Amino acid sequence: MSKRLFVKGNEAAAMGAIEAGCRYYFGYPITPQSDIPEYLSRELPKLSGEFIQAESEVAAINMLLGASACGVRAMTSSSSPGISLKQEGISYMAGAELPGVIINISRSGPGLGGIDASQSDYFQSVKGGGHGGYRIPVLAPNSVQEMYDLTMHAFDLADIYRTPVMLLGDSVIGQMKEALVPNTRTVRELPEKGWAVRGKGGAEQRVVKSLFLGDGELEAHNWHLHAKYQVMKEKECLSEEHETSDATLLVAAFGSTARIAHTAVAMAREAGLKVGLFRPVTLFPFPEQALSKAAGRAGRVLVMELNTGQMVDDVRLSVGAGVQVFFYGRPPGAGSLPSPEELFEVIKKHYHQAAQ
Amino acid sequence: MQQVFKRPQSLKDVQTHFCPGCHHGTVHRLVADALDHFGVQERTIGVASVGCSVFLYGYFDIDVVEAPHGRAPAVATGVKRAKPESFVFTYQGDGDLAAIGTAEIIHAANRGEDITVIFVNNTTYGMTGGQMAPTTLVGQKTSTSPYGRNKAKDGSPIRMAELLAQLGGVAFSARVAVDSPKHLMEAKKQIREAFRFQAEGKGFSFVEVLSSCPTNWGASPLAANARIAEEMIPYFPLGVFKNEENP
Repeated sequence: MSKRLFVKGNEAAAMGAIEAGCRYYFGYPITPQSDIPEYLSRELPKLSGEFIQAESEVAAINMLLGASACGVRAMTSSSSPGISLKQEGISYMAGAELPGVIINISRSGPGLGGIDASQSDYFQSVKGGGHGGYRIPVLAPNSVQEMYDLTMHAFDLADIYRTPVMLLGDSVIGQMKEALVPNTRTVRELPEKGWAVRGKGGAEQRVVKSLFLGDGELEAHNWHLHAKYQVMKEKECLSEEHETSDATLLVAAFGSTARIAHTAVAMAREAGLKVGLFRPVTLFPFPEQALSKAAGRAGRVLVMELNTGQMVDDVRLSVGAGVQVFFYGRPPGAGSLPSPEELFEVIKKHYHQAAQ
Repeated sequence: MQQVFKRPQSLKDVQTHFCPGCHHGTVHRLVADALDHFGVQERTIGVASVGCSVFLYGYFDIDVVEAPHGRAPAVATGVKRAKPESFVFTYQGDGDLAAIGTAEIIHAANRGEDITVIFVNNTTYGMTGGQMAPTTLVGQKTSTSPYGRNKAKDGSPIRMAELLAQLGGVAFSARVAVDSPKHLMEAKKQIREAFRFQAEGKGFSFVEVLSSCPTNWGASPLAANARIAEEMIPYFPLGVFKNEENP
């Protein structure tokens, strides 16, 4: 049996990166994710890796771009305002089809906002974020264990699909300490990186670029990227269901909110209400089909988010016209994190109201 | 008959897209010559920047990574750290390096990244149509300084070679020009020297090359060439501003 550790979510993500074979990290300090660069600045040198505290978020993502172009596993991490700055590089990486992992321990906004747990970056994460109409896989852990497991998964997705991949958490998940079983990496079959620059060594020249000026070239490139996203939608959706089989009200929430909602759903069950929880683990690709099935059975979905309503749009697009969709949002800020009791009250209200 | 002058092996046998009288082709040749000289073509990774020089990979027969505008030194940092055995250079214009990429060049230089930076200074944004650059001379008219660069409002042109020479991580910093045979031979020598620093693992090396942009200067190739000596060199003096081996 594997040992159990008691660590923070941020540390778990850093440990997962190392287990996944990542030896290159480029970052910039920002709360509430600084445990990640701190951990890696200590551990990577021991593994002959490279840690750079970059001059800016912009430089960090471009160092990631350069390292990734050489075919190595590399990572950066930040929090919302820093992720905004990285969008340029993420767009270039998406365009040049470069793998890489970006961890966003998001905080509240807009602007400098605050450091509280937030889900306000859902749109920015899943709808592209930067310019040019691309998508990247987005994984939303809800525990320290998933911070570790999904970071490893993110590296595999990045290599398989030649794309940046984002892990989207917040301070609840990043700063929380709980038990972690540091499982060893499951080795998946990964494609050869025949595209990586290496100094041509007498072979064909290799170029990593996102500029396509030839007639029809860029259109074809965009359709190629689109086709990749379609494959992701077919193969890579992840979600978790809890008490959904007989539920007549389905709660849909991700990340930290899903964790609080899980307790609220248990309280509802205790009170005899047939309530279930649907938790998307991949936010892109969004688990449309699994949600559609569970929502179809229940007939009603209550979406809970730490914002004024973002994932709820994807929920509406996923479920049939016959399914009623309610929304409960808590825009982030100090004192705005709902308790399980508060969410239970919201569940009760909608459960009885809609049953009339 | 003996061939005494030929295309460097590191350059492809293709025509460039550069305007008549533009010096990019000349600078490309000098860089390729230096790669050949050190025999590093096969392990070189070039980092292309945004601007007229973005098509680096079309002319150099080497592996190339294309960087976002101004970010070439950060991209080159990632490349060199991931593949320390590779030979890495960036090739950047003045808008790219001295405006939008100021943070990246200063900090890559200050870290002493073992890379070489070729900085082509033609006092304007060439690709976008001749706007004012951080190196535009005071009084110089451009499409965004139609009354001439105004020192009081636009500041003075930045002397990057001198500025970078102040930083601890910089092993070599020089400014050259390619407007005359004499300057060209000196430019060839200093670009080789910069590459030698990297070949010997001695840290960050930088060469600023004063070049012409006849199209955006609104001048004939000959008049543009003459402007380098008449207007640019008096403000941007040629020379070696730092040489760690010979402080």
